[in-house]
Amino acid sequence: MSDTWLMTNLRAVKGRAYPRVIGASREPSWIFFEVALPLLTVAAYAYIYKFMDAPAAFIGFVILGGAMTAFWLNVLWGMASQLYWEKETGNLQLYMMAPISRMSLLAGMAVGGLIGTTMRAAATMIIGIGVFSITLDLSEPLMLVVVFMVTMIALYGMGMMFASLYLLLGREAWHMSNLMTEPIYLASGFYFPVKALGAYAAVGASVIPITLGLDALRQLFYPATSGEYGFLPIEVELLILAGLCVMFLILSKLSLDYMEKLGKRTGRLTLRWQ
Amino acid sequence: MAVTNDLRTFKNAAWLGWQMEANWTDPFLFATYSIVRPIAGTLILVFMYLVITNGETETAFFSYMYVGNAFYMFVAEVLFGVTWVIHDDREHFMTLKQVYIAPIKFYVYVFGRSAIKIAIVSIGVLITLAFGVFVLGVQVGSGGVDVPLFVLSLLLGLSMLLVMGLAMGGLTFLTAKHEGGINEGVAGVFYVLSGVIFPITVLPHWVQGISMALPVTYWMEAIRRGLMPDAMSEIAKGTGLEGLSNLELVGALLLSAFAFLVLSVAVFKYADKVARRKGKIDWTSAY
Repeated sequence: MSDTWLMTNLRAVKGRAYPRVIGASREPSWIFFEVALPLLTVAAYAYIYKFMDAPAAFIGFVILGGAMTAFWLNVLWGMASQLYWEKETGNLQLYMMAPISRMSLLAGMAVGGLIGTTMRAAATMIIGIGVFSITLDLSEPLMLVVVFMVTMIALYGMGMMFASLYLLLGREAWHMSNLMTEPIYLASGFYFPVKALGAYAAVGASVIPITLGLDALRQLFYPATSGEYGFLPIEVELLILAGLCVMFLILSKLSLDYMEKLGKRTGRLTLRWQ
Repeated sequence: MAVTNDLRTFKNAAWLGWQMEANWTDPFLFATYSIVRPIAGTLILVFMYLVITNGETETAFFSYMYVGNAFYMFVAEVLFGVTWVIHDDREHFMTLKQVYIAPIKFYVYVFGRSAIKIAIVSIGVLITLAFGVFVLGVQVGSGGVDVPLFVLSLLLGLSMLLVMGLAMGGLTFLTAKHEGGINEGVAGVFYVLSGVIFPITVLPHWVQGISMALPVTYWMEAIRRGLMPDAMSEIAKGTGLEGLSNLELVGALLLSAFAFLVLSVAVFKYADKVARRKGKIDWTSAY
C-alpha cells in the first residue's frame, strides 16, 4: 500500500463527498424541505403526546427521533440507492474504470452524506426544541459525541453494504427503500422507546444501528427516564454498536466485491432500465 | 361519443397504472408490500399510545386516532400519487409529451392512473381497519354505522383530494425538483392541522382557525361520525367540531371542498398554460 495509493483514495473520498456537501447548498429549497418536513411529523406526534398528558420527556423523544429520521432516509436514498442511480445515469462505469478502491467511493458518499445530514438534523432538533420549549438534561456530553459517532459509523457502514446489494435488485431498489421507511421507524422506536416493543423485538431491531443509538442518545438526554424507558445500559449499547461498525464495514467490502464480480460475469453492471 | 372516449381513456390509464405499480414483482410480494407500510405507520401510533396508557386500547380516543390515521392514507397517497404520475411520465419514462398531445383529455388520463392508486390504498385502509377492530378493539360500528353520512363524506373527500392532487400535479409541470417536498409538505400540514390523530383543540388557538378552513378537518370528522358515532360523542375533551350537527358538518365539508375545487382548477389551468408557453411539458432534469 503506497503513499500514492493512499493519497489517491483519500482524494477519491474527498471528491465523492464534495458534491454531497456543496450540492445541498446549490438547492436551498431542499434544505428547507429536509428541515421542515420532519418537523411536521414531529409536531403531530408531539401534540398527540400532549393530548394524552404524557411525561414531557416524550416530546423530547419525538424530536430526537424526528431528527434521526434524516439519517435513516439519507442512508436509504443517498447511500443504498445511489449506485443503482449511478448505473441508471451512466456514471457507474466511470467509477468502475477509475484507478481507485470502490470502498473510497462509498466512504466518500457516506462522509458527505453524514456532514450534510447532520446539519439538517441539528436544525430540525434546534427548531423542535424551540417550538415545544423542551429542556434537555445532558450530563455526559463526551459520551453523547462518542455514541453518536459510533452509531453513525455503523449506520453508514450498513448503507455502504446496502449500496452494493441494491445493485442486484434493479428497479426493485425503489420499492425496497420505500418498504424500509415506516417499518424501520416502527422497529427502531423512532417515536417511542424501543423497550415498548418487548425484549425479543427490541433485540431483533438492534441489528439496525439506529435502534440502539437512538435509545442511548435518549438515555443521555434524559437520564432520569433511563430506568423506566431505556432498553439496555448505555455502555452495553455502545459496545454492541462498536461490533456493528466492524461487522457492517466488513460486509460492505464483501458485498461490493461480490456485486462487482457478479455484475461483470452477467454483463449487468452497466445495463440500464432493468 | 365524448363520454365513451373518456371512459376508454380512464380504463386504459388505470390498466397502465396497475401494470406500472404491480408488474415489478409477483402478486403476493406486491400485496405484502402494499400493506406493510400502512400497517407499520399505524402501529407506530399504536405503540405511542400503548406506552403512555399501559396497554389500554378500548377507549374512544384510541379509536378516534386509529380511524383518522387509517383514512389519512388516502390524503397522503392521492395527493402524492396524482403528482407522481406527471413526474414519472415526464422524468423517468419520458412519455408525457406523447400523452399530452394525444387526442384525449389529459386530466382523465391522470385520474385513471390515480384511480388504481386509490384502489390499492383502499385495500390498505380496509386491512388496517379490520386489524384495528378485530385485534385492538377499535370501536368502529359502536352505536351503528351512519351509512349515508359515511358514504357521502367518503365520496366527497376522495373527489376533493383528486382535484387537489391535480393542482399539485400542475405545479409539478413548473418545478423539476420540488414536487416531493411540496406534496409531503401539504400532506404534512393536513396531518398536523386537520385533526387526523388528535383533536384540533390541542393546537394553539390561532392555529385552530386555519384548521377550520381546511376541508380535510371536516372530512375526518364526518368519516369518524359515520363509522363510530358513539365513540365520537365520548371524546371527553371534545373534537373542536362537536358543536356542528351532521348536516352542518356535511355543509361545511361541501363548502370548503368547493372552495378548494375552484382554487385547484385555477392553479392547474394556470400552471398548464405557463408550462405550455415556456415549453416545460417535455422538460426533463435527470432527477
